[in-house]
Amino acid sequence: MKPSLLQQQSRRSNSFRGSNPLDSSPDGGGGAGKSPAAIFWLVLHGLCCLVSLVLGFRFSRLIFFLLFSTSTNSNTGLYQTSPFRTVADIAENLAFSTSLPSLDSSPANRTTGTAGVSSSGVVVGRHGILIRPWPHPNPDEVMKAHRIIERVQREQRAQYGVKSPRTVIVVTPTYVRTFQTLHLTGVMHSLMNVPYDLVWIVVEAGGVTNETASLITKSGLRTIHIGFEERMPISWEDRHRMEARMRLRALRVVSEKKLDGAVMFADDSNMHSMELFDEIQKVKWIGAVSVGILVHSGHSDEDLSVRNEGDESNSPVPIQGPACNSSDQLVGWHTFNSLPYVGRSANYVGDRATVLPRKLEWAGFVLNSRLVWKKAEDKPDWVKDLDMVARDEANVESPLSLLKDSSVVEPLGSCGRKVLLWWLRVEARADSKFPSGWIIDPPLEVTVPARHTPWPDAPPELPTSEKVTSIKESSEKRATKTRTHRSRRGSRSKRKHEARSVDAHVSERHSGEN
Amino acid sequence: MNVGSAGDVLEDNPVGKLQVYVYELPSKYNKKILQKDSRCLNHMFAAEIFMHRFLLSSPVRTRNPEEADWFYTPVYTTCDLTPTGLPLPFKSPRMMRSAIQLISSNWPYWNRTEGADHFFVVPHDFGACFHYQEEKAIERGILPLLRRATLVQTFGQRNHVCLKEGSITIPPYAPPQKMQAHLIPPETPRSIFVYFRGLFYDVNNDPEGGYYARGARASVWENFKNNPLFDISTDHPTTYYEDMQRSIFCLCPLGWAPWSPRLVEAVVFGCIPVIIADDIVLPFADAIPWEDIGVFLAEKDVPNLDTILTSIEPEVVLRKQRLLANPSMKQAMLFPQPAQPRDAFHQILNGLARKLPHDKNVHLKPGEKILDWSVGPVGDLKPW
Repeated sequence: MKPSLLQQQSRRSNSFRGSNPLDSSPDGGGGAGKSPAAIFWLVLHGLCCLVSLVLGFRFSRLIFFLLFSTSTNSNTGLYQTSPFRTVADIAENLAFSTSLPSLDSSPANRTTGTAGVSSSGVVVGRHGILIRPWPHPNPDEVMKAHRIIERVQREQRAQYGVKSPRTVIVVTPTYVRTFQTLHLTGVMHSLMNVPYDLVWIVVEAGGVTNETASLITKSGLRTIHIGFEERMPISWEDRHRMEARMRLRALRVVSEKKLDGAVMFADDSNMHSMELFDEIQKVKWIGAVSVGILVHSGHSDEDLSVRNEGDESNSPVPIQGPACNSSDQLVGWHTFNSLPYVGRSANYVGDRATVLPRKLEWAGFVLNSRLVWKKAEDKPDWVKDLDMVARDEANVESPLSLLKDSSVVEPLGSCGRKVLLWWLRVEARADSKFPSGWIIDPPLEVTVPARHTPWPDAPPELPTSEKVTSIKESSEKRATKTRTHRSRRGSRSKRKHEARSVDAHVSERHSGEN
Repeated sequence: MNVGSAGDVLEDNPVGKLQVYVYELPSKYNKKILQKDSRCLNHMFAAEIFMHRFLLSSPVRTRNPEEADWFYTPVYTTCDLTPTGLPLPFKSPRMMRSAIQLISSNWPYWNRTEGADHFFVVPHDFGACFHYQEEKAIERGILPLLRRATLVQTFGQRNHVCLKEGSITIPPYAPPQKMQAHLIPPETPRSIFVYFRGLFYDVNNDPEGGYYARGARASVWENFKNNPLFDISTDHPTTYYEDMQRSIFCLCPLGWAPWSPRLVEAVVFGCIPVIIADDIVLPFADAIPWEDIGVFLAEKDVPNLDTILTSIEPEVVLRKQRLLANPSMKQAMLFPQPAQPRDAFHQILNGLARKLPHDKNVHLKPGEKILDWSVGPVGDLKPW
């Protein structure tokens, strides 16, 4: 309707300048030409014109209606706002008067120029703008609307999405360290958003701990928490190898429990896109997706020099994954080129150098869980038995070791063209300490006195309570002291900007000493 | 009307059921006008031009007027555009009258029936009333010379002077290629509940409100501007088509006239049209089950729009969407070039075919005259 509106606009302004407004008013009056009503309207109209001239904006006859008539046109409690809007809205509009000013009442005398047509229920002319007394959303209705939206989207997924979706079995090796919460929370939230059934197998190095357990139960997903009785080693080489063994352990659980679905390997520091989970539904036996490898280092100069060397051959973000020919068949693999990083890669976890991935990371592969079952009906013959592979654990680098013939791998993600997940390894130093469970309880043991209090209105007690250092007091007393100390500091920081910097300064020293 | 029968009617093939003879008018009635302003091919009234082109190369065309069931007069009455692209209807009555004078003097077929087996495409705001302002249009009424002809028009409102019995209501023209170019993947979840883009108040012509759209659009704005379920504004976003595909309901309220290309867009993009126009007659109403596809709302119920829409059962919403997804429905709303089976051109021919065979009183007895050539406003009688 937009163009016709525009057309109406400009044409109407043309026509209205031509038409004589007084022509049409007799119609509104009720028929007979010079009735008193018509004269009254004429006088009123003239009066309003004069007033408008004086005031500078259009003073509508409707105001008089409002002033003089008791409005009987209440349509079940609805307002008709045209009178109110006239004064408020059109101060700047020096518009022309339109015909037929009266509010919507009886339809009979409204249709101009009837020409013998049966009167319809629809009336030409000015109507009131109906507004209900409380023009705001009703919460019940909003909930109903959301239910409708949700139902429509469910139907859309059923129609255009995957038919008969399979359970996703996620294998994540992890261990307790500073960055564990950060990484595991990321993976957890991604998995919580997956619209399919999910089983999360978390293999923890160093045995099952409460830390990890409490973290993963928050997800509300079905989890299988397995303890792996060795501690995670410090060197990256050893760590990669151990993670492979942990994953094989998880696969053994899949085989024992006969879990049915698509197995994917979500390392806890990786980032997954939602399309990945839709894509892995398409796997038949074993599939591979493209993984974006995010190599970074603590030093930015190192990064630059590396990039300059390898720029011509490498893509900006190296990709690991299946390589296809033009007819979308697997012909090879894009692997990570670690030559530019030779001699500069990280050796120890928490090292500041670049952490390099293996040639082909586990994260880029998807398996049909039946491949690892002892007995499955249509298990293909190019897959090795899991127990046999597990015997040679130390040398298993990627799921390709499970296959006798690696050409059967199905490339996913439009033949590897779409990068569906990113590989990243970011860790703190192995000896970095962090509060267990990220809960400070009991409160920090050492309180360091703030020697210079920059705020002028410090009460005299404050310095003395802060000077409590390593006195062996009961923990509650200390707790209250430090808590008030902290709260006072907190309230102060709301008022003073310097207080916040002192705050940070002091707490930094705390963590250093922890 | 159940879906099965309506679907069948949509699938009808008019070829073989009727023959149309296309009068060869001098190009001042059609080609020259188009040459003067080629914008006529893109605006919502372009159906008159495309219908002409379709009929010229259609299998239903016959070059022998004796075996024709219907006669078509190609006169482009909606192509006199202002600089901003809006058609001025002031010369249209004279143009139409001049065209009819021509065909009645050069061929005997008009006088035979006084136009009862002729059809004309008049896609303007109020059809053959040839005015954009409703009161003026009602005053003029349908052009007297067209009293017996069949009118193919976009305007439709029950018990209105400008819609005569037996007219065929068609959708306004919407550019099919442009809409195709903005399709998004169907699995994109529909997350907008109600969508509308357009004017609520026409500040230039009706600053107080209450006149434009009979106050219905203003009412929508005042009641629902703060409602998060309603994505309504006067914006002109570039993602208009994409947004419609992400919406469940699209409002199609009346403006100065009850019809709007929004209806076509909503059907093509699978968004359930919420039609707020009392007594409107929708395109191809005998072939498309509008009651089953869309939601109709009386203008007085606009303040309760949210209650009404949220109280629709989800299953009913899904059913409407399934009906809308029917490709025949979408095809019937479009005027593609070149023409495709079951498109709007064919639905028009179907409508014409359904009116055959002509009544016996279509042919006048010799000497009988029904139309009065001197009736009408004085300005109309001037030659064009």
